Amino acid sequence: MTGDIVAVLSADLAPVSHWYVARRLFIGAGTGIILSATLMLVFFGLRPDIHHAMGAGMFMTKQAYTLAFAIIAGLAAERVARPATSGRGRIAWVFVPLLLVTAVATVQLARATPHGRIPMVMGESASVCPWRILLLAIPPLAGLVWAMRGLAPTRLREAGAVVGLAGGGAGAFIYALHCTENTAPFLAAWYTLGMGASAFFGWLFGPVLLRWDGSYEQETKQRLFMADS
Amino acid sequence: MIASLDGDAVAYRALLDTMQTRLRIFFGKRLSRDTAEVDDLVQETLIAIHTRRGTFDRSQMFTAWSYAIARHKLVDHFRRSGRKPTVPLDDAPSLFVEDESAGVEARYDIEKALESLPPATQALIRDIKLRELSNAEAAQARGMSETAVKVAVHRGLKKLGSYLRSGGDVK
Repeated sequence: MTGDIVAVLSADLAPVSHWYVARRLFIGAGTGIILSATLMLVFFGLRPDIHHAMGAGMFMTKQAYTLAFAIIAGLAAERVARPATSGRGRIAWVFVPLLLVTAVATVQLARATPHGRIPMVMGESASVCPWRILLLAIPPLAGLVWAMRGLAPTRLREAGAVVGLAGGGAGAFIYALHCTENTAPFLAAWYTLGMGASAFFGWLFGPVLLRWDGSYEQETKQRLFMADS
Repeated sequence: MIASLDGDAVAYRALLDTMQTRLRIFFGKRLSRDTAEVDDLVQETLIAIHTRRGTFDRSQMFTAWSYAIARHKLVDHFRRSGRKPTVPLDDAPSLFVEDESAGVEARYDIEKALESLPPATQALIRDIKLRELSNAEAAQARGMSETAVKVAVHRGLKKLGSYLRSGGDVK
C-alpha cells in the first residue's frame, strides 16, 4: 500500500508558484475585508465629513496606524503559515507604529489643560470603539483562518495571534473610516485595545481554529484508494 | 524539493522514496512497535508533504520543513489517541538534527549551511571533512600553518553546528 503511495503522489505533481502562501492569505483576507467594509457601510456609515477629513493629519494617522498593524501582521502570517518557521522576527515591527503613536499621544496629553485630558482619551465613543473594531475584525479573521487551515502552521497559538492581529488591523482600518475621533490618545488607547483583543482571541482559539483542514488530504487518499483497487 | 516544486516528477519520486524510509525510522522510534500505526502515520505525513508542498519556502531547509510536518502529525496522533508522547516535545527538534542528518536532502542542507561561512573556512572544511585530507595537507594546499587550519576548522564547525541547530530559520 505505502509502496504505491509514492507512485501515485508523484504522478499527481503539478508545479507550485512561489507565491502560493501569500496568494491564499490574500484571497482569505480580501474576501473578509470586502464583507467587513460592507458591514461598516450598512450599520455604521462613513463619517459624514469624510471629504474634509481626507488629507487631514489625524485622519491619515489613524488610517496609517491601523494599516501598519494589518500589513505587518499579514507579513508575519506568511511566515508562520509554514512549518518550522516563526513570524516573530516580522511581528516585532508593530512596535514601531505603536511607539510612534504612543509618543504623539503623550505629547498631546502633556500639552492639554488638566481638564482637557480625560475627554481627549475618552472622546465620545470609547465605550463602543473596541467592540466595533472587534466586530469588524471577525470577517477578515475568518478569511485568514480559512487560508491558514489549508496551509501548514505548526505553531498554532502564534499563528492564531498573528492572524488575530492582522484581522484586528484590517477591522480597525475599516472602522476608522466611520469613526470621527480626532486625538492620538484615543487612537493609542482604544484602537490598540480593539486590535489587541482580536489578537488575544486568535491566540486563545488558535489551537482549535487552525487545525489543518483535512479535506485536501482526504481527496488524495481517495485517489490512492482508487489506484489500489 | 525545489525541482519538485517546479514540476520535476523524477526528482520528486526520489525525494518521496527517501522520505518514506526516513519517516518510518522517525515514527518507529517514537511509537512502540506498532507497525500499523507507523504505516498510517508515514502515509499521512507523505500525503501532507504532498498536499502542502506549496508552504515550502525555497530558502528554508527541507529537513526542518518535512520533520516539522511529521512532528505535527505525531502530535495530532497523540492527541487523537489520548496518549502522552514518550519524548518531551520540546526536546524533539534537537533529536532530529542528531538522528537524521544522513541522506541526500541533509547533504543539501549542509551545503547551504556551509555557504553561510566565510569562503576560506568553507574551503578548509570541504578539504578536511568532506574530502578527508589531513590537516597538514590542507595547510600546505592553502599556504597556512597547521595550527591556523585547526583553529579555523574548529570555529567553522562550531558556527555550522549553531546554524543547523537553529534550523536555518530565515526571519
